[in-house]
Amino acid sequence: MLDTYRAIETPEGVELRLRVAGPVVRSLAWVIDLLIRGGIYIVLAIVLAKFGKFGWGLLLIGLFLIEWFYPVLFEVYRHGATPGKRRMGLCVVNDDGTPVSWSASLIRNLLRYVDFLPVLYGFGLISMLLHPDFKRLGDIAAGTRVVYRDAAKKAIQVPAVAAKPPHFSLNLEAQRAVIDFAERSPELSPERKEELANIVFPASGNQPGNGINQLYATANWLLGKKS
Amino acid sequence: MKQQDFETQHEALWQRMENLLALLEKQRKTKRSQSPADMGEFPQHYRQICHHLALARERQYATYLIDRLDRLVVDGHRHLYRARSFFLSQTLHFIGVGFPALIRAEARLLWLSFALLYLPALLMGIALQYEPQMVYTMLDHHNLASIESMYSPTAAHIGRERQSDGNFLMFGYYIKNNIGISFQTFAGGLLYGLGSIFYLVYNGLFLGAVAGHLTRIGDGSTFFPFVVGHGAFELTAIALSGMAGLKMGLALLAPGNKTRLHALRDAAQVSIRIVYGVVGMLLIAAFLEAFWSSSAAIAPVVKYAVGALLWLVVAGYFMFMGRHRAA
Repeated sequence: MLDTYRAIETPEGVELRLRVAGPVVRSLAWVIDLLIRGGIYIVLAIVLAKFGKFGWGLLLIGLFLIEWFYPVLFEVYRHGATPGKRRMGLCVVNDDGTPVSWSASLIRNLLRYVDFLPVLYGFGLISMLLHPDFKRLGDIAAGTRVVYRDAAKKAIQVPAVAAKPPHFSLNLEAQRAVIDFAERSPELSPERKEELANIVFPASGNQPGNGINQLYATANWLLGKKS
Repeated sequence: MKQQDFETQHEALWQRMENLLALLEKQRKTKRSQSPADMGEFPQHYRQICHHLALARERQYATYLIDRLDRLVVDGHRHLYRARSFFLSQTLHFIGVGFPALIRAEARLLWLSFALLYLPALLMGIALQYEPQMVYTMLDHHNLASIESMYSPTAAHIGRERQSDGNFLMFGYYIKNNIGISFQTFAGGLLYGLGSIFYLVYNGLFLGAVAGHLTRIGDGSTFFPFVVGHGAFELTAIALSGMAGLKMGLALLAPGNKTRLHALRDAAQVSIRIVYGVVGMLLIAAFLEAFWSSSAAIAPVVKYAVGALLWLVVAGYFMFMGRHRAA
């Protein structure tokens, strides 16, 4: 398993695919959250300082709540993502792909303290690098993982050629390969395109461009454009 | 079946599902939960579309169709299997039955964490009567002086110095400090229990040092009435959070016939419930400590009496509460 896709089977026997997130993008999300929390601390301190000792008491309670529960509240009520994670396109889910629960979120965030040891997430980083799903210790104990939220898919651009169904059946992987080929065609040199198309349509070698166009037509059909 | 026919046959169902999902998403945002008439068909639609997706994959229909069905299944799965909570009734049940039953089920771990907390405290307290300078192993000169002034019988307020509006400040301080310590004690259990053991023993030694030292210099008469009330909740809660941590550590050391990771996950699910209870107890403790224990106007006798009552309440709660319902 070299890629980061993880398949989860639902009770209906259908596979869901999740893409787990690695240490770098998670660290960036953490830094964003750190800055946000820092901002909240400063604002709270400035506002509550006006209320004397009562205000300081409130401030201490506020600091406590933000320190331990900031990630929990966001994860449970905002689709598994703190603002930092949302910015980086991440979210936390239970191992079975369902939205993260209160208990799981609390476990992973209270155990954050151990992940932070000995300095700056030392244990957490080691654990993430060793674990196939990039889990830190808190994730392991809670049974959660951090995955990429599928961003709204941007429309796929392929060269406009009249759609035509292929005269042989393609499995899913081959379909994706054809679509990828059409999508990337502006980045490929004409010779390379010819070479690749000749693998699929060996007979078309004597008429340059023919095989490529057939692939474009197939890609358009696969994307649901009617001829 | 040709893909075209498949699509025309089921298009209506897929669109209905898309509308339902959009509606569910909107309700989630606005927190309203009134259902339209056809929401009852949601699970049925969902299972049907799962079936369609499997068919489409098997028949190797075009990518756009599979992607669309995949999207519907992922979103449907998210809504159908979302954990719903009934906060109030669950909380009441937890307080009345679940929490004490949970503690009784792990009684051996509870005694272990009590021992880890109180034995060092007792030993340190006794040792200080014979070797007074040992107090400097736990506290430096500066801290010791401030503690002595806090519990001096002549102080207007026992505990940290404050004016009348300072009670709430101390309430906040105790919450931040004590609950933070208990969370650390719990989390440390992940290191094969070592972190929990460390915090229990350390807190025990610290408690023993302060109590032993103040007893020796004759300020015990202000210190003990101060701690006896909220101590029932606070010390028990610290021991319980240690117990929650030890449970995780034990799962790692002796996983039984599960894998270590599986044992840890199961133990963490139980431990976090103990932590819920601990947080509740520490909130009570912080309240008592800030508004009751520190008041110099209440006679020590009253404080001792109330303190004894509170210890009995805590002990009775864990021994008897919900016994017949949980069995």
